[in-house]
Parts: sequence; C-alpha cells; structure tokens
Amino acid sequence: MSTMSRPLLATSSRRVLTGALALLFLFPLVWAAVASVAPQPGTAQVDGWGLGNYARLAGYQAGLTQYLINSVLISGMTVIFTLVVSLLGGYAFALFNFPGKNLLFLATLAILMVPYATLLIPLYVLLNSIGLQNSLVGLALVLTMFQLPFATFMMRISFEAVPRELAESAYVDGCGTFTALLRILVPAVKPGLITVGLFAFLAAWNDFIAPLILINDSDKVPLPLAVANIRGQVMGVVDYGATEAGVVILALPCVVLFLILQRHYVRGFMSGALKG
Amino acid sequence: MATPVERPTAVRSAARTTAGPGPDGQRRRAPRLRLARRNQGWLYAAPTALFVTVFFLIPVLLVAQMSLSDWGLFAGNRGFNAPDNYTDAVGQRLFWPAVWFTVKYTIITTIILIGVALGLAMMVQEVALWNSFLRTSFLVPSALGLASASLLFYALYAPEGGPFARLLSGLGIGDGTVSFLGSPNAALWSTVAVIVWRFAGFYMLLLLVGLQGISSDVYEAARVDGANRWQIFVHVTLPLLKPSLALCTILCITGSLLAFDQFYILTRGGPDNSTITIVLLVYNIAFGGRNDLGVAAALSLIVLLALIVINVVQFTALRGRED
Repeated sequence: MSTMSRPLLATSSRRVLTGALALLFLFPLVWAAVASVAPQPGTAQVDGWGLGNYARLAGYQAGLTQYLINSVLISGMTVIFTLVVSLLGGYAFALFNFPGKNLLFLATLAILMVPYATLLIPLYVLLNSIGLQNSLVGLALVLTMFQLPFATFMMRISFEAVPRELAESAYVDGCGTFTALLRILVPAVKPGLITVGLFAFLAAWNDFIAPLILINDSDKVPLPLAVANIRGQVMGVVDYGATEAGVVILALPCVVLFLILQRHYVRGFMSGALKG
Repeated sequence: MATPVERPTAVRSAARTTAGPGPDGQRRRAPRLRLARRNQGWLYAAPTALFVTVFFLIPVLLVAQMSLSDWGLFAGNRGFNAPDNYTDAVGQRLFWPAVWFTVKYTIITTIILIGVALGLAMMVQEVALWNSFLRTSFLVPSALGLASASLLFYALYAPEGGPFARLLSGLGIGDGTVSFLGSPNAALWSTVAVIVWRFAGFYMLLLLVGLQGISSDVYEAARVDGANRWQIFVHVTLPLLKPSLALCTILCITGSLLAFDQFYILTRGGPDNSTITIVLLVYNIAFGGRNDLGVAAALSLIVLLALIVINVVQFTALRGRED
C-alpha cells in the first residue's frame, strides 16, 4: 500500500504544479474573453454583463465590419498570391532545370536575411511610385514577398517528395506540364499547400508593422492597427474594454485554427526533425 | 538570356492549357520534351523571379541609394549627400541609448526565454495524455500575433482595475494603482514577460524536437554508470541538445534585436525614451516626426550589416564548438 501511494502522491503533486503552470499560460486569454463581456468602469460595459464593448468597437470610426473586411481582404489576397507563386515556383525548382535556378532560389531565401524595417522603407517609396500607395493590394503583395522564402522552400521539398515517376509518366502520356501539375501533382502536394496557406494567413492576419508603414488611410487599416488605435481615442483615456474585445476578435480565428490543426502542425515539426 | 526562346514556349503552353490535352500528336513532341521543359522551368519560376526582383532586389538597391541621398518623406529625392545620412544616424542623440537598450533587452529575453522553454520541454517530453494537455496550453499563446499579445497584456497591465494591479494590491503591494509600464525597469520587464508568454511554447516545441532525437540508450548508459538526474541533465542532455539550443538562440537573438511591435504598442519607447529599440528609432526617424527617409535608410542598413556580422559570428562560434 505504502509503495503504491508514494508514486501516486508524487504524480498528483506534480499534476497540481504543472496544472497551475498551464493555467498561468491560459489565464491571459481566458481573462480577455471574460473581461470583454464583464462590467468594468470606464468602458462601454459599465453595468451587468453584455456585449457593450463589442458594440463600441462596431461603431468605432469606420466600424468593426470595415476593419474585418480589410483584414480578410489582405489575408485572403496574401494567401492566394503566396499559394499560386510558391506552387509554380516549387514545381519549377523541384522538377525542372533552367539557367539561374540556384541563383534564384538563393535570392528567394535571402529575403529572410534582411530585416523587415530595412525593406519597408524602400518599399514605401517603391509602392508610391507604381501607384500602389495606401492600397490593400500593394500591402498583400509585400506580405506575399515576406512569405516566399518559407513557402517556396516548403513547396520545393513537397514536390521533391513526390515520386518522380508520377510526373514523368504523365508527361509521357501526353500531358502538358501544366496539366500534369493541375491533375496529378496538386493533389500530391496538398499537405504542403495547407501548411503554406496557414502560415500565410496567420502572418497576414497578425502583421502590424507593414500596414503601419504602408497604409495611411485610417479606413483601410487592418484589425490589429485599428484595435491599437482605438485605445487612446476617448479623450485620451484608454478604453480597456474595447481593447479586450478587439483582442478576442483578433485571437479567435488564430486559436481556433491552431486547435484544429495542432496535430498537423506539431507532427510536421516532429517529422521534420527526424528527417533533419 | 532565355527570353527569345521563352516567348514562343509561353504562347504554346498557353494555347495548350486552354485547348486541354487533346490526343492530337502529343506523342510526337517526346524528343523535344527536354528542351521544352527547360524553358518551361523558367516560365513556372517567372512569378517568383518577378516578386523577388520587384519587391526584394530593387528595394535593397533602392535603400542603398536612399541611404546616400537627401531623401525626405514628402519631399522625395533631393540628390546625393553621402555620407551625411550615416554620420547623422550614428550622431542621433538616441542612437547609443537605443543600441544599448536593444542589446540589454536581447540578452535578458534570450536567457529567460530559452531557460523557460528548456524547463517546459523537459517537463512535457514524456508521451502522456496529461503532458499533451500541458503542451497545448503552453503552445496556444504562440497562435496569437505579437501585436495581439501586446494589446492583450496592455489591458492586463492596466494600472487601475487591471487584474495584475488588483492582485498586487490584494497582496498588500502598492495601493491599488501599480504602474507596470511607468518606469524604465518596469516597462522592460513587463515587455519581457509578454515575449516569454508568447514564445515559450514555440521554443519548447523546437527543443522537444531535439530531445526526441536523443536515444534512450544514452540515458540508460548514464544511469548504469551511476549518474544522478542533475548529472545526466548537465553531461548528457545539454551537450546532445546543442544543435537545437543553437537554433533557438539564433532565432531568439535575431528576433529580439529587431523588436518593434511589442514596444510600439506597450511603451511607444517611453517612459523618457528609455525603451527605444533600434527598429523603433528607424521608424521614428522615417515616419514618426523627423520624416527623413535617407537617415532611416542609413540606420537600417547599419542594422542589416550588424545583423549579418552577428549571425556570422554565431554560426562560426557554434560550428567551432561542435567539432
């Protein structure tokens, strides 16, 4: 009995300690969700529980809907551009030989080496000169460029993991290279596409400094900037309630996506390690 | 160089795409397949090449030109003025304080973050249902954007009525109003706390990958030799974990040296410019009042150069130790 109870005691005290640590990590998110609907002086939700903070957010300047639309447009375009460019690029790098191939691949990876801010200053000037200043399309193009090192690398190794005979036999059967890509190879590299798309979405949805520099029009800013702006809006007094509501709306899609895809995400990391 | 050949191929492949793979004489092309595919490679790589050229290579050249020119935010290019921008950038009143603060922040963040991540990884490395719950809890914050995490903690740090302030006054510290961002030191540590919360799970995951690569035989051998848990940790786990620790260190140092979002949202560089990082200084010079893109470009090129040097040093140091 005593030999049984000692490990049991050790296990349960370990559980209490580690459980408390887990709660410490979860606390900020849970608190934000609760506080955003809880009564709090100095916010739009003073008496009783309710959605007052969300209502204030909905009516702030251009309105929550407008900022959500901006964020969805920016993220959507970034995901589509990234998927198309990296799908074609990965295909080219994995299955074709062409002059300048290695140079182009290295140049793509070199994007990682240059700090964000170093590129955003000339990009501000460049976008102005090609008429894309203050535009969601311009911002999405820039965010796509920042995604390319990871996306191109990911799609290249995805295509290289597909047995070469699959593509070759399609070419011999008379498929053009583009038909072979669409009909045979896209289904084979789907996991890679999902990962690339997910990363592009999260990066674009959450990005702060690129829209801060590239978008001047306050009606065109994405949600993170809008929530950051609303804080000091009411006569210089910080509206914490609206901030909490904004954080909940910002975090919700990310947390949901993470929980749905965490197996995929964690396993991807782990299997990558085994290969490396 | 491939352009003269590329154009007919482009037309042909476009025509083929719209027509679909008809049975008409597709097989006859087989001998020319290799040559055709050579050019088609460029065609598929063209969007990547376009993006890299327009949004990366040209901007890098442009930032170099800007750093050598008198370039106002609204006035635009007013001609060559080198090396004024560089002397101006280094001569900024806030240049050395920003460098010093960025380095201090980087060192503190890297040590704490990797220490915490290593502790968490050791805690959850065994496969068990409870551990997978713990892993998920530690990882959830890394789903958030850095800006969202900073905004969330900005609300948590509310001096009046914020949960942390209430907790502290409940413990008898402070009188209900505690300033988490009001003094230089408090602002620094409060920001470090956000970063640890947001990134600990991510670095834990990277270290778990390394831990999984260590064979259980090695532990068994150490245990047979009579090593205790601490000895195993120091003499077996840490040395074998070095590649993963090195990766985490490089990522963490690079990320911290370029810190921006968290300070822009939490402190705006205050109080009294005590938490201005280098990138925040670049932003302030370019868009936050001085509106001088030339000086900002010069400063950001200095940052790029410093980063390259630091990374080369890190890589050689870590490789040297591996041998």
